[in-house]
Amino acid sequence: MNGLSAKPGARAGMLLVGLALAVLPLLVGATIGNSWVRILDFALLYVMLALGLNIVVGFAGLLDLGYIAFYAVGAYLYAIISSPHLATAFPAVFAAAPGWPVWLILPLGALLAGSFGVLLGAPTLKLRGDYLAIVTLGFGEIIRIFLNNLNAPLNITNGPQGINNIAPAQVAGLSLGRPVELFGLQLPSVTLHYYFFLALTLLVIFVCVRLQDSRLGRAWVAIREDEVAARACGINTRNVKLLAFGLGATFGGVAGGLFAGFQGFVSPESFGLLESVMVLCMVVLGGMGHIPGVILGAVLLSLLPEVLRWGAAPLQQLLFGKVLIDPESLRLLLFGVALVLVMRFRPAGLWPSALRRRELDAHEAAPGDAA
Amino acid sequence: MSADILLAARGIGKRFGGVQALHDVAVTIRRGEVYGLIGPNGAGKTSFFNVLTGLYSADEGSVLFDGAALPLGAPHRIAGAGIARTFQNIRLFGAMSALENVMVGRHIRLRTGVFGAILRTPAARAEEAATVERARQLLDYVGIGRLAGQQATHLSYGDQRRLEIARALASEPKLLALDEPAAGMNATETAGLRALLEKLRGDGLTVLLIEHDVKLVMGLCDRVAVLDYGEKIAEDVPAVVRGDPRVIAAYLGTEAA
Repeated sequence: MNGLSAKPGARAGMLLVGLALAVLPLLVGATIGNSWVRILDFALLYVMLALGLNIVVGFAGLLDLGYIAFYAVGAYLYAIISSPHLATAFPAVFAAAPGWPVWLILPLGALLAGSFGVLLGAPTLKLRGDYLAIVTLGFGEIIRIFLNNLNAPLNITNGPQGINNIAPAQVAGLSLGRPVELFGLQLPSVTLHYYFFLALTLLVIFVCVRLQDSRLGRAWVAIREDEVAARACGINTRNVKLLAFGLGATFGGVAGGLFAGFQGFVSPESFGLLESVMVLCMVVLGGMGHIPGVILGAVLLSLLPEVLRWGAAPLQQLLFGKVLIDPESLRLLLFGVALVLVMRFRPAGLWPSALRRRELDAHEAAPGDAA
Repeated sequence: MSADILLAARGIGKRFGGVQALHDVAVTIRRGEVYGLIGPNGAGKTSFFNVLTGLYSADEGSVLFDGAALPLGAPHRIAGAGIARTFQNIRLFGAMSALENVMVGRHIRLRTGVFGAILRTPAARAEEAATVERARQLLDYVGIGRLAGQQATHLSYGDQRRLEIARALASEPKLLALDEPAAGMNATETAGLRALLEKLRGDGLTVLLIEHDVKLVMGLCDRVAVLDYGEKIAEDVPAVVRGDPRVIAAYLGTEAA
């Protein structure tokens, strides 16, 4: 499998997709409004998160229910450095926000999240399945609770109030927080963020594809398929698993930093268990271990709730003449139904990898053969 | 220790709770021979095998392999030292193709790390191409070259055995350890397996064979050891072992006194 093949047809296809992705925010902004471009921005963040989690869950087969903790680590690092919080909390030490450039904070966030990934991975090396899930779940909650309570004795995270006034990212001297005029075209902040996020998402995809197609990617899948045999093949399962945890967390850290700069505000509430479950749903629903499937899952699941929120009221008006159920509550119900239906009828995910699909088909065919 | 001895296990002991699975087992395997290990059910064959390949740690004893102490209890380091194994109940990487399974087998001989993989450096590229090439050769060698692209779980039983052997060979072992390779095979498949093992011996590989099929062991092995209740009761050429009264007693039981 070669994800970046140089066939002319594939190249033309990629060019088309690239063009579509470039025009998308302009079209969306002009037709249905900039709030939808904002939703696209979040979809890109979720793609990064899902691809990061996919390394741990999809490739290496290690169930992680606390993944959002790494997102939180990246977000808080960015927030603390790019906001006046430090200057307010420790006026004796900091005169103003350190305000480091984004090309320094993002890699730092990645590094810090990656270290936390290894930290989480280390005690779980001998665990699998449900036990691993419980430990990672606990880890995710610990990080959230720490963020919630680290406002005393030293105010590091500002506790439940969160950190405000985070400066938006500056790329090449250009603040993404202010609209830009380009060739007579007004590019609002959300669109600028879109292009910045898109570039980093493409980088994440590139890294994922390269890793999957390597000695390391094969070792991850080998561990997922049969850990004992993987060890007998000479794979140092401890190191390779820690690498999966660390690299997966890295992407979460980057996405977190982007989130903080984009949102301008972070609080522990944004990093609850439900968010971890959401990202896991994206990976599973899209097709575990299959990069295009995971991307599809992330985009669909981040857009679907918004589409439901937007469409539920007019649709009811049309069908019943009045709004029977509050769109906000209906949204979650429909979301749940959609998840159940997909898992019932496409257990390997919406877009599983070819080999995995065949495997599931074979399992389903087997009882039929015997009958 | 003479140069023609590849592996020398001394005083290997292993307990599971109150059960003494292995007691003071000593085994020497010479370079280039096919060494058989047989014994009745529960004699400790697989336990010994798992100690040798690092899956279990030994409670007592040590193993000298190719002039150095074997790092017991660390399977990946033992694989690196040059012992490759197959499993009694075949353990392949089911979702991967046959070719990929063999490529995983080469893991320990490859160097590419995270950055090499992401940047796809010339060294990483060359290594990857060589790995594919070598994996194809090995699949041809064991006779399933045409199945390279097939998913491992879709191969027939006999072919899965061959694939497991190819995967083990990929690590360039000095000793190939096979855990009951003929288990569950029909007569034709066993004959095919035997031909493959003869070929391996012909190419100078040292083989440790644990087997239930006494006929296969007696016909193929240069020397045979017999385990019974966790102890070695005989070790010699097949013709001598076959006539050993203790071996006969172990397999058939002693007459009531």
